[in-house]
Amino acid sequence: MAVDGALNGVPAAEQARPARKTKRDPVTWIVKPVVWVLCLAPLAWLGWLVADTLLFHGRGLTANPVEFINRFLGDWALRFLLIALAVTPVKVLTGWKQAVRLRRLLGLFAFFYVVLHISSYVGLDQFFNWSAIWKDIIKRWYITVGMVAVLCLIPLAVTSTKGWIKRIGGKNWNRLHKAVYIAGAAACLHFIMMRKGLQVEPLIYAGVFAALMLIRTIEPIRRRFRARPAA
Amino acid sequence: MLIKNRIASDVSGSEITPKTVFDNRRAFLKTAALTGIGLAAAGLPSLPAYAARTPFSGVQKTQWTAKSMPENDPLNTYEDITSYNNFYEFGTGKRDPQENAQDFKPLPWEITVDGACAKPGKISFEDLTKPHALEERVYRHRCVEAWSMVIPWVGIPLAAVLKRFEPTADAKYVAFETLMDLERMPGQRQRVLNWPYKEGLRMDEAMHPLSILAVGLYGEVMPNQNGAPVRLVTPWKYGFKGIKSIVRIKFQSEMPATSWNEAASREYGFYSNVNPAVTHPRWSQETERRIGELFKRKTLPFNGYAEEVAGLYQGMDLRKWF
Repeated sequence: MAVDGALNGVPAAEQARPARKTKRDPVTWIVKPVVWVLCLAPLAWLGWLVADTLLFHGRGLTANPVEFINRFLGDWALRFLLIALAVTPVKVLTGWKQAVRLRRLLGLFAFFYVVLHISSYVGLDQFFNWSAIWKDIIKRWYITVGMVAVLCLIPLAVTSTKGWIKRIGGKNWNRLHKAVYIAGAAACLHFIMMRKGLQVEPLIYAGVFAALMLIRTIEPIRRRFRARPAA
Repeated sequence: MLIKNRIASDVSGSEITPKTVFDNRRAFLKTAALTGIGLAAAGLPSLPAYAARTPFSGVQKTQWTAKSMPENDPLNTYEDITSYNNFYEFGTGKRDPQENAQDFKPLPWEITVDGACAKPGKISFEDLTKPHALEERVYRHRCVEAWSMVIPWVGIPLAAVLKRFEPTADAKYVAFETLMDLERMPGQRQRVLNWPYKEGLRMDEAMHPLSILAVGLYGEVMPNQNGAPVRLVTPWKYGFKGIKSIVRIKFQSEMPATSWNEAASREYGFYSNVNPAVTHPRWSQETERRIGELFKRKTLPFNGYAEEVAGLYQGMDLRKWF
């Protein structure tokens, strides 16, 4: 979850910039709109399933629609969080520097699905029964861990604007936004703990997260070695 | 032990249709029904395999009918009961069992009965069930995941079946096992649990009149995804105690190992009686969502069967023996 301006401590001037800030800049005028549509597609699909269930007695929401909606939104919150975390690795692996310009968009969509996931838990599953929700948070570890992820993400979403980068300074901003790694790890753990037994699916997500972190860690080291002139 | 006193109005053995004739009639009905369905299915190639449904004939009404249930406990639909299942042998998703169990062929089926009993041996599904009248049992079903349904099972009292094998005095518990077959049960390729699935009951629980071996629901042969051909149903316990597709029944003196207890002993105890007072690390057990309803309802001790079963646990600390 970062901003076009300053990334990973690299001054804004050295960051990838629009090829030309004209109307023909492909990232602004093609890539971003496409990403927007793709990011909204899961929500549109859920909307269709709800409409189909209510209007035509469709069974796409399963026999337990509340559980289905909550899990669907949770799945997509985690997926988008991993996609946002994949921006730097994609840049490293493909060399496509413009990728970082999608990071804020993807990060905020991850947060958007997180908010929907929580809303469905609070509003649909628990129906605003705050005492039951509080008991859940303190008694059930997987919910506690999920809440940790949310608490990490809230300040990042709030400070995602250029104004906030200026206000707190690029270095501090970068430091703050490292919290996304904690959120990613907590979200993966939340999913693993939520499932009964040791299931494969949540482990795949955790594996993807681990791989993304590994690429991030290795790349600066690799770069340093390459930068050194051969003896 | 149930002692039966003969009274004058009792039907004497000779008045009952000879068994061979009875069986032949049944076989004929079954063949006719299957042929009918086969023809219908042939005419409707788009019909999914799991839609093939075989009705039982002569299912007897019991005291546990839809009408005997409280007014706010209406039956769940056949569709709900057969499309929302926890049967990890066919995948961990709720809809996986319906999809992945379509091609499962339960018959022929053999059950091994052994351990502390006078008449151990291998018995076919047909021989296991044939001597008993099929009964309809409408029960509440409460999953440990805090959802519930009302299901019209077709089954036979577990006690009557177990007695035929003449358990000895050493038989303090009865252990059950599900089929282990990586080809037929593809979910077993993932080691979510230590397969085969294992469950168990204390002997007095197994002999309780509420405990049944279910062979169907809604008056029809058990759908594969619900545990065909034969599964356990103990309505005062969490659903996972109801072991499906049983291939082994063993009488023993020590408490049997059970699958979920092996996987997470802090979360799943041997008894696993429905108990709103004992919280679970994953789910509050105070409330449950009845499938088909939006709002949660309060969970009842022993799933509403306290009157019948609470006596089994007199003097036991149910917080300890959860």
